[in-house]
Amino acid sequence: MSQELKVELEGVSREAIGGVIEQEELESVGAPPARVGFWVFIAGEVIILLSLIASAIYFRLTYPHWHETSTFTNVIISTINTFILLTGSLTAVLAHHFAFADAWKKARRYLLLTMLCGLAFVGMKAYEYSLEIQHGFYPNTDPFWMFYYTITGIHGLHVFAGACILFGVWLYVRKTKSKYAVENAALYWHFVDVVWLYIFPMFYLT
Amino acid sequence: MTMGTAETSWVKRYLFSTDHKVIGKQYLLTGLFMALIGGILAVAFRTNLAAPGVLSDSAYLRLVTYHGTIMFFWVAMPVLLGGFGNLLIPLMIGARDMAFPTLNMLSYWTFVVSTIVLILSFFVPGGGFSGGWTIYPPLSAMPEAFLGEHLGTILFLFAVALEFASMLMGGVNFIATIITMRTKGLSFFRLPLMIWMQLIASVLFLLSVTPLIAGAFMLMMDIFAGTHFFTVTAEHTGNPILFQHLFWFFGHPEVYVILFPALGIIAEIFPANTRRPFFSYKTLVWTGIIAGILSFVVWAHHQFVAGINPYSAIWFSIFTVAISVPFSIALVVMGLSLVNGSIRFTAPMVWAVGAYAMFIIGGLTGLPLGAFTSDIYFHDTYFVVAHFHYTVFTIAVLSAIAGLYYWFPKWFGRQLNETFGKWHAILTLIFYNGFAFPGFFLGLAGHPRRYASLGFFEYLHEYQWIHVMMTVSTYLLFATQLVFAVYFIYAIFKGKKVEDPNPWKATTLEWLAPSPPPHLNWGNTHPIVEHDPYEYAVNGELKAKGMDFLPQGKLYVLKKSEAEKQEQEG
Repeated sequence: MSQELKVELEGVSREAIGGVIEQEELESVGAPPARVGFWVFIAGEVIILLSLIASAIYFRLTYPHWHETSTFTNVIISTINTFILLTGSLTAVLAHHFAFADAWKKARRYLLLTMLCGLAFVGMKAYEYSLEIQHGFYPNTDPFWMFYYTITGIHGLHVFAGACILFGVWLYVRKTKSKYAVENAALYWHFVDVVWLYIFPMFYLT
Repeated sequence: MTMGTAETSWVKRYLFSTDHKVIGKQYLLTGLFMALIGGILAVAFRTNLAAPGVLSDSAYLRLVTYHGTIMFFWVAMPVLLGGFGNLLIPLMIGARDMAFPTLNMLSYWTFVVSTIVLILSFFVPGGGFSGGWTIYPPLSAMPEAFLGEHLGTILFLFAVALEFASMLMGGVNFIATIITMRTKGLSFFRLPLMIWMQLIASVLFLLSVTPLIAGAFMLMMDIFAGTHFFTVTAEHTGNPILFQHLFWFFGHPEVYVILFPALGIIAEIFPANTRRPFFSYKTLVWTGIIAGILSFVVWAHHQFVAGINPYSAIWFSIFTVAISVPFSIALVVMGLSLVNGSIRFTAPMVWAVGAYAMFIIGGLTGLPLGAFTSDIYFHDTYFVVAHFHYTVFTIAVLSAIAGLYYWFPKWFGRQLNETFGKWHAILTLIFYNGFAFPGFFLGLAGHPRRYASLGFFEYLHEYQWIHVMMTVSTYLLFATQLVFAVYFIYAIFKGKKVEDPNPWKATTLEWLAPSPPPHLNWGNTHPIVEHDPYEYAVNGELKAKGMDFLPQGKLYVLKKSEAEKQEQEG
């Protein structure tokens, strides 16, 4: 071992030194951290929503008026909202596709479109709430409305958070061109979309 | 990459640092500071038990609530996960930092905010929350129905929520780091046991705390939106038992979230101080995984007398007794790791052996609580209090301090005094048993928990002297830890410097780095793993050289790439 190496390795015990290695020999261990970390985060989110849905089912078993109360919900607005969310998923997939094809202009355009879908959903939802409140249905009216407001409210917050994430990523990738940022934003969008596909039949089509 | 710290401001280097070692030390010191507060609370309410009337009944309940919450969420978790996890994971897997350093910093500062909110909640008008660390509704959902401390309750819940958010950020970071940042040659079944235990703990936390977050949403709706998820009134029937389910679905795995890192600490100290390989590495890993899975189906053993279906109680009893099988195997494997070893009774080893022995008491006394027939008698008595102090105190204090003595030279580059450490261990063990062990007898005598004094219970008056004894032990225990706290701070700045970066002659990767490790840990070298983690008692060439251990990996000097060379010349 050369003199230079010894100086650099000061403070390290002698038996610890193996030799010299090229930087390239160390690369590519495991999956990208950004992808793994985000899936772990999504797993946590899924369980939060699942627990709420499970609690709703638990209450529903002992509440005889669940079905008749659910007929007061607005199926037209929620159906439109379902289409908005699904369209957003399509544009999210396209954004992901173009990002990995290095077509960044298109990718960013689709990110923005997905974000607009999110904002449209939140707007429609707010309008729907206002109708329901006008008709005298409050969170403390009965177990159905209690869960309706809590679960759709939390879902709505997630959609809004998704729109914020998409906007942030839209800004972020302009310079960094980070594919995983686009992938994670799209993944988050799909997550809020899939959750809605459980909420929609649970409260509107029951 | 160069050895040493890049030139940055003091604030960036020590306060808002993204370096896992700085964050780990911040967590550690914040956790130890909160331990001091939790200890003071314990001393205060134990005084009331020995001499009733020192505190009002509501003050007693408030102190007990804060003691439990602080010791779980503000001591055990930040020290064992935030502190030990952050300080050890990158070093032990040969990484330069965590996967998401900025998230890591955010996690710590969220924790600081949660700490401040918690302390604030104690001092607002009306006082802090006093319904127990389990935050059961209606005590938490309808504060006006209890002691009238509305603002304190809301701030308390808010502080706990922030703490969970902080630990979730940390957990995601731990999982991603362990999966993706392992160095070359470090396959999953070569990971040091501490890393396995941190991984299992992080996964358990992620899967168990999320249902409680859902429960917390519903609780917040009850408080702010007037819903009736958990509260019962004349017109509305909520379901308070549902909250108990959501809470204990978290609460029981949570105990293992802090237990696993504690077992990991012992599993690291044992091989290094017995100079023999761990008895059966894979057994401990698999028992950890199996116990982790089983921990999700035992939660209702906390609710046997809460009005759950007696038939479901049978199943929860069976699973609870079943979970003692993997844990028994784990403890047996640890015990067998001592057999035929050349045991060196260093200070960390004395602590680890003490913790190991106390775990056995804690585990065995869990069985009568898990079987529902006996639990109906023991439920909510001092037997439970003694049982969970034998587990949780062992985890959060004995194991954590064992780890502090063991890794102190690595983290701070200085040595804690060996004789001091051994006396500290012995005194702690004596006083700890003095305050915790009599609880079993009080419980057998039918002494209920959570009462400020024995006033109502004439049949217990003859046991008042036991309370006095327990309180005196608590004083002495607290005094011992105070002395240690002062010495600990002194040693960080003025302790004897370590000359050998590997003072215990241990095998795992962190001991290859200088003590304390520089920013980015490895300088212009990189560790590569070549062996299993606990290759002690080796023969052949190394033995001839006077070495009885084979380090898990070696440091390789990185050749400068062409681009770096040009940059330096230019």
